Amino acid sequence: MLAARQLFCERGERILFENLSFELLEGQVLQVRGSNGSGKTTLLRILCGLNDSYEGEISWYGNSLESQVADFFASLLYIGHRSGVSKVLTPLENLRWSCGLQQAVEDDQLVRALAEVGLRGYEESQCFTLSAGQQQRVAIARLIVNSTRLWVLDEPFTTLDARGVSQLEDLMQAHAASGGSVLVTTHHKLDIAALEVLSLG
Amino acid sequence: MDKLAAAARTTTASAFRSTLKRDLLIAFKKKNDVVNPFMFFIIVVSLFPIAISPEADRLSEIAAGVIWISVLLASMLSMDNLYRADYEDGSLEQLLMSPHPLYFMVLAKNLSHWLVSGLPVVLVSPLLAYMLSLPEQAYLPLMASLLIGTPILSLLGSIAVALTVGLGSRGLILAVITLPMSVPVLIFGTLSVQAALNNTSALGFLALMLAMLAAALSLAPLASAAALRITID
Repeated sequence: MLAARQLFCERGERILFENLSFELLEGQVLQVRGSNGSGKTTLLRILCGLNDSYEGEISWYGNSLESQVADFFASLLYIGHRSGVSKVLTPLENLRWSCGLQQAVEDDQLVRALAEVGLRGYEESQCFTLSAGQQQRVAIARLIVNSTRLWVLDEPFTTLDARGVSQLEDLMQAHAASGGSVLVTTHHKLDIAALEVLSLG
Repeated sequence: MDKLAAAARTTTASAFRSTLKRDLLIAFKKKNDVVNPFMFFIIVVSLFPIAISPEADRLSEIAAGVIWISVLLASMLSMDNLYRADYEDGSLEQLLMSPHPLYFMVLAKNLSHWLVSGLPVVLVSPLLAYMLSLPEQAYLPLMASLLIGTPILSLLGSIAVALTVGLGSRGLILAVITLPMSVPVLIFGTLSVQAALNNTSALGFLALMLAMLAAALSLAPLASAAALRITID
């Protein structure tokens, strides 16, 4: 579904990657691996259209990304280092907005998703009262609510506890099984069947 | 794949509404960000009679200028709230990756910003005009010019904030970018009040300001959107 050809990117005179080509298929989980500073986050942001300081081609279902941005964004769910969870809002209010940008959502759907990620009872607490891991779970609840084809997750495991990690792995596995794709960076060893690995640097 | 295909995309109108609602909610929960610039505005205006002279004649001469300058300074102060928090918590990235035209998303944020920072200023202006002994016939032109002018300030300021939100320490740069663009608003705002004081019609100046608002409404969000895309890199 998503293919990159001959990607080249440099940051401050240092070449992060060159001649990078890969393809992400439907039903695939692709783990991007590499040492610190090898350009994992940059690659993900390039693929999400957040960063355009690169050379090369990115195509979405065979056509260039630029020609179908709205379509691409409607099928993309990105969780970055900054999780997009506003600290003054409650988890419910956060999801209403962030999920609502992509598709029409009902409140009970959001409450169920929050319960699923272990935030039952926290729906109405402001997010700055939650721990970092719980805030990350709010972001992960979006994966349950929104049904987008492509998940791009940048270090999603960093603040999660062991149960959270295995739950997110299960979510990724189920997503791949239903035909979706996941692009993920992590140093964590993933316990997923259909795992492909892309090594940088 | 059925599950993935079935989801109904939201319309841009509902995304606009939900962004507007979210920003108003955040403003409501972070009252300081809203109240501080407003109080700053009131304080600056109310210091003038003390510092210059309580005489009605002298005050009424400078009233329009004082109010407009204070509005401009207060809007500088409130501008920072527009994208800062969203940039820091990553919501801005999510906004950029929404499938809707960024123009409308930026417009929703600017509208929310104006509702909480510009509109209160418009509403309280007759009170301050009274305090500065502005003659009665100038109240309406003052309010009208503020009503048209404050959204322009929000729209223009949004461009500058969008350009600078990624910088660590901004200091004066926000003012340096915004003020030159805002000066025409200041000029026509005060001129329309002056016209009323001279018993001539303020409609010409207000019409010019309306034209500026129309231009700002159609172009400024595009510039803000482009600036945001550059900033988030």
